[in-house]
This record gives sequence, structure tokens and C-alpha cells, in this order.
Amino acid sequence: MDIVGLSRLQFALTSMFHFIFVPLTLGLSGLVAIFETMYVKKNDQKYREMAKFWGKLFLINFALGVVTGITLEFQFGMNWAEYSKYVGDIFGAPLAIEATVAFFLESTFIGLWIFSWDRVSKKTHSFFIWLVALGTNLSALWILLANAFMQKPVGYVLRNGRAEMVDFSALVFSPYGWLKFLHTNISGYIVAAFFVMGVSSYHILRKNYVDFFKTSFKIAAIFGLVSSIVVVLVGDFNGREVAKYQPTKFAAMESIWETQKGVPLNLISIPSPSQEKNSVEFLKIPKVVSFLATNDKDGEIKGLKDFPKEDRPPVLATFLSFRIMVLLGFIFIFLSLVGYYLSLKNRLEQNRLFLKIMLYSIPLPYIAAQLGWIVAEVGRQPWIVYGLMRTKDGVSKNLSTSQVLISLILFTLFYLILGIIDIYLLFKYSKIGPQKYTAMEA
Amino acid sequence: MTFATIWFVLWGILWAAYFVLDGFDLGAGILMNFIAKNDLEKRQIINSIGPFWDGNEVWLITAGGATFAAFPTTYAYMFSYLYSALLIILFGLIFRGVSFEFRGKEENPRWKRFFDLSIFFGSLIPAVLFGVAFGNIFKGLPIDVEGYHGSLLQLLNLYGLLTGILFLSLFLYHGGLYLSIKTEGEVQKRANSFSKKFFFPLFVIAFIFLIFTPISTKLMENYLKVKILFFVPLFLVISLILSGYFTFKNKPSRGFLFSFLTILLTVITGIIGLYPNLIPSSLDQNYSLTIFNSSSSEYTLKIMTIVALIFVPIVIIYQIWVYRLLRGKVRIDDILKNENSY
Repeated sequence: MDIVGLSRLQFALTSMFHFIFVPLTLGLSGLVAIFETMYVKKNDQKYREMAKFWGKLFLINFALGVVTGITLEFQFGMNWAEYSKYVGDIFGAPLAIEATVAFFLESTFIGLWIFSWDRVSKKTHSFFIWLVALGTNLSALWILLANAFMQKPVGYVLRNGRAEMVDFSALVFSPYGWLKFLHTNISGYIVAAFFVMGVSSYHILRKNYVDFFKTSFKIAAIFGLVSSIVVVLVGDFNGREVAKYQPTKFAAMESIWETQKGVPLNLISIPSPSQEKNSVEFLKIPKVVSFLATNDKDGEIKGLKDFPKEDRPPVLATFLSFRIMVLLGFIFIFLSLVGYYLSLKNRLEQNRLFLKIMLYSIPLPYIAAQLGWIVAEVGRQPWIVYGLMRTKDGVSKNLSTSQVLISLILFTLFYLILGIIDIYLLFKYSKIGPQKYTAMEA
Repeated sequence: MTFATIWFVLWGILWAAYFVLDGFDLGAGILMNFIAKNDLEKRQIINSIGPFWDGNEVWLITAGGATFAAFPTTYAYMFSYLYSALLIILFGLIFRGVSFEFRGKEENPRWKRFFDLSIFFGSLIPAVLFGVAFGNIFKGLPIDVEGYHGSLLQLLNLYGLLTGILFLSLFLYHGGLYLSIKTEGEVQKRANSFSKKFFFPLFVIAFIFLIFTPISTKLMENYLKVKILFFVPLFLVISLILSGYFTFKNKPSRGFLFSFLTILLTVITGIIGLYPNLIPSSLDQNYSLTIFNSSSSEYTLKIMTIVALIFVPIVIIYQIWVYRLLRGKVRIDDILKNENSY
């Protein structure tokens, strides 16, 4: 593999690994903040222990999210120097703002939150975790605005041999960026909701701290239900933006080869990229794709064959990732709806099968989040900035293949070790449960 | 003053802020394995830096991000030219960061030993390599029309290593004083005695560094042009001496204040000498990365100036507030009582 391929692989590895931990951080910070605020409002120790128990899991997860984030910021310069040079004038700004406005906030106040339980009033203390939640979510906003520039570049002119920023507000208020922000962040809330519901199910099944975990489950179910509905809706808006501004990505997502009007949705289809067609198309719902993409059931959608081959993204990966992600999105709505209903009727304990399903569903939102990034980033290929710069032109010129190969191997090795340790600890501390709470119940 | 010059100054300040702040927790991380004699003492040290290391490290992210936003060409070349060195720093910081969180999560002594080592190397390696990197930047990197001609091994030249040792020594001393302030009992005693014993070696290293700098680098040129600038390295030397004075007088807080200033002024002394270069070329002046050929557009710099002027002071204010709120010594009794401690 050449330097471009290795650098892409390394970026994929390090960013996808980073994004194992980020979504839970995004959502669980908010849930812990909700638990702690309920403690402040209701003055019930149960909620304090909930904030502490879920907070501990939050911290184990948070540690790896933070440190793997540094890699990403360094990597633009390390591996993608030509890209950084070409778009740094506009792309660097949101990253610097992210650090200054958001990352400081979350990193400073998380330390304070851990160490100040007995130093400040409980109201003040709950305020700290809200600041952390705000910081993590703002942090994601700026990163996603930066990413949105790579998808749909705005606010720049080509001058002095590079893309220079001329309109900061176009960058900051990019509708593409804000939809991406909503879609991505709220998908993190689903990860957290399913994490809390899954771990709670584990304990309810074993009749550990049942009251504690039923309350956790119920709050997470509401959180998950609202989030999964919003994610699907926002995803739909997102798709329209893609159809408008990234036609090659959209055609790959839906595996549309021929330009046509009134494009139907094939519930089952199997793309065959070598033949430039779908080998199977089954269960056709007329005009749905056109309607979703253009708001007009007879709207025209450009097929892949109308683009030169060197401008098309890998179809199979984009298509499959998109399909599975969407399917999972609907499953999330269904599961959280059932979960909320059973919580409300206080019938969780009797439905052991459902609890088991929820336990084993913990990985599903993680998978959906990863697939979403595959759609976004693989679907963007062959561009590093859509329509503006090709990925192969963005790579650093001074690196040797062996240098990148070695770093890739080391990243793989070290991340594997750390990932295993982190997941081991998450399992361990999830299973232990809120020990102090037992004492209180007794 | 142009925006590019303003950003040159801010760039220097951000890196200096990072070294001043992470400096003491890197130093404490290295010292932990020597000063603490048992698990509780180690935890005492970890808990003394526990609430702060993460917030300190964000200064690095911000310095990196600011380099990207304000001097994208410098960012691109600095990070790709120093690829291997930065990679090693990254792995150090990654392992170190998770170790604080993971170390106490399992009682197995081998588990703890692993994370003790990872805190040690994860603190040592960045401390030395950041010094090596900056030493080489002060000296200039071998850049010409064909690009970069250096390698990881070439970074380990005499002046690069000297700067690496200087950074390491400054951080160790700084970390020792921090532990004197934030701990009590045996750990504090040993930290006190370390700072005192280590002051003279540090002084000698700093002295050698100041002698070699005009010989190995071109940093002197700016000082010769504007002689009043010589006050900066002069204050550096005075801070270092004052820091030693207070350390020997058993006033570690004041000693720390002046070691803080020493590190700040060391970085600023170097950065002043660089201007208007961000990364000078050791081969041909024309290929130096300067504020003229590597900065962002006026518009971007203006936006970034506004952001920095609003938010950097806010960050400084709340970070100081957090330090004040969590002031006081970390006691072993408190660690045992507090279930949230590391």
C-alpha cells in the first residue's frame, strides 16, 4: 500500500477508535447531569448514587476519549500536511476555537467535578457536570463544523494558492454543519441511553439494586426514545443536504447507477459495482427516494454512471453502511418505545427476554455511529474536500512508506491494548453496581 | 503591529503556558516513582495532580490548534517534519493520561506497576522530546527547496539534547516544588529535599544552555538588534536564582512561583530570538517558515484574534478559580476517606 493508502488507513483507525468513546461521552455527560440535578431537586440519595455510579463509568470511558483526541489534532499536520497547508486558513479556525471554547471547559471542570463532591454545595456541584456536558457537546459542534467544510466547503475563496476564509459566519452557520452536529451528537445520546438501559437490564435480570436500575432505565428510555426519533428526522434532512451538495455520495448511498426521475426505494438491493448496476432489486416502493431526496416524488436523481469513474466513491461500503445504519435507527426507536412503555407500566422485571435483548443491544448504537462515519467519509471519496481537493493530493510529501507503516502498526497495537483495558474496566465496574447504595437500602 | 505579529506573540505565549502548566505535572509524574515509597504515597502524588493535568494538557491542544489556524503552513511542516518525534510524544501522553484513571481500578500489584511505568515514561518522554523539538526549532531545521532533510536521529544533536535535558530538569524541579506545596508528610519531605539537591545541577544545565544558545543558534541576532530585549533572559536568570533562594529558605510556594516564571521566560527567550521565523531553516534563510510566508490571511487572523481575546482570559480566570477552589494539601487520610480519589 502506498503512503496515501496507509495514511488513510491510519486516519480511519485512529478516528474510528476515538469515536468508540466520544458518543458515550456526549450522551452520558448529559444523563449524569440529569441524575445529579434530580438529586438536587428531590434531595433523594438514590439520584446522588446514580450520578456517582454512572459517573464512574463515564470517567473510565472519558479518559480514552480525551487522549485519543490529541492524535487526531496532530494527525492533520503529521500525515496530511498538503491538505493542512491548502485549507488551514479556514479549516484550522474551528479546531482552534474548539480547544479554546469547549475543550478547556470540559477538561477543567471534569477534574473539578471529580474532586469537589464535598467542597461545594450540591447545586454548585451539579453545575460543574452541566458545564462538562456543555463542553463536550460544544466541542463536537466545532469539530463537526470543520468536518462539514470537508463535505460542503463554504465561506472561502481560492487565493494565494490555497482556500482562504472570507466568510466566517458561513462556516459557523453552515446548515450542513448544524444538521451533522445534531445527527452526530444525538446519535451519541442514543449510545448512552442504550448503554444505561443495557447495564440496567443486566442488574434487573439478576435482581441487583432493582429500584436503582429501574429508575435509571426509565430515564434512559425517555432519553433514548426522544433521541432516536430526532436522529431519524434529522438524518432525513441530512440526506437532502447530501443529495443536493454531494451527488456522488448520495448515489452511492442509494446505489443508483442510472440518472432517473421518480426513483423508487428497493427495500432489498445488491449493488454490483463491476457491472455498474444492481444485481438484485427487490420489494420496490415507487418514488420514495426521489421524494426523500428532493421533496418531489418525480425529482431527478443523478446516477453514478453520469460521473467519471475517478470521481465515484466506493459504492458497496457506502451503500451497505447507510442501509444498516438506517435500519438500526428504526430499531432504536422501537426498542426505546417498548422500554419506555414497560418502564411506565412497571413491567420490566417480568419481561426477561426484553431485558436480555436490551443487554445485548448495547453495541448496536456504537455500530450505527461507526457506520454513519463510514457513510460520511468513505462516501466523500475520492475527495478530501468535496469537489475542491482530492485525498491523494492532501498527504504529506516528506514521509516515507515505512514511517507511516510503523506508526500504523504502533497505533493498532497500542489502541488494541488500551481498548481492551478500557472495555474490561467498563465491564467490571458496570457489573459491580452502586455498592454504597446497597448499604443504604439495607 | 500586524495581526501576524500578534499571533506570533500569542503562539509563543500558548506554548509557554503549556510548558509552565503541564511542566509541573510531567515533573511530578516522573518523580512519583522515586519520591513515593509505597502505593499510598503514589496515590498521594497522583491525586495532587489528578484534578489539573487534563486542563493543563488542553494548552497543548490549543497551542497546536492555534498553530494550525494562524500559521497553517508552519503547522503542516512542523508536524510532518517532526513526525516520528511527535508520534513518540503522543504515545507517551496517551498512556500517561489513561494511567491516572486506570491505575487504581484494580488492586493487582502488577497492574499498578504497569501504570506506574506508563506514568513514568509517559511523563519523561514528552518532557525530553518537547525540549529536543524546541531546541531544534531554535537551531533551525534542515529545509531547502526540496523540503526537509532531517530525521529522528538527527534531532538528537548536541543542542537538541541539551534543550531536552534543560526542559526535563526544569520540569523535575518545578514538579518537585509543586509536590512540596500540595502534599504533606514523607512525600513532602522528600520532595523538599529533592528540589534543594536538584537546584544546582539545574542551574549548571541552564548556564550551559545559555552559553551554547548564541553559539548553536541565531537567536542572538534579535537581541543584538534591540538590546533592551536582553532583559528577558536576564529576568530568566534572576527568577531561577530567586526560585533557588526561596527553595532553600523553605518557602516552596514562592520557589514555585519563580520556577513558573523561569520556564515561561525560557520559552519566551527562545521565541523572541526566533521572530519573525517560526521555524528557521538551517540551510537557507529563504526556506525558513516565517510569519510572512506561512500565516493565515488577514481576515482569519482577525477572527482568531477576537476569539482569543475573549476566550483565553475567560479560560485563565476559571482555571485560576479551580486551582483556588481545590487549594490545600492532599493528605493520605483524605484519599482513604474519599471514594472519588484516584
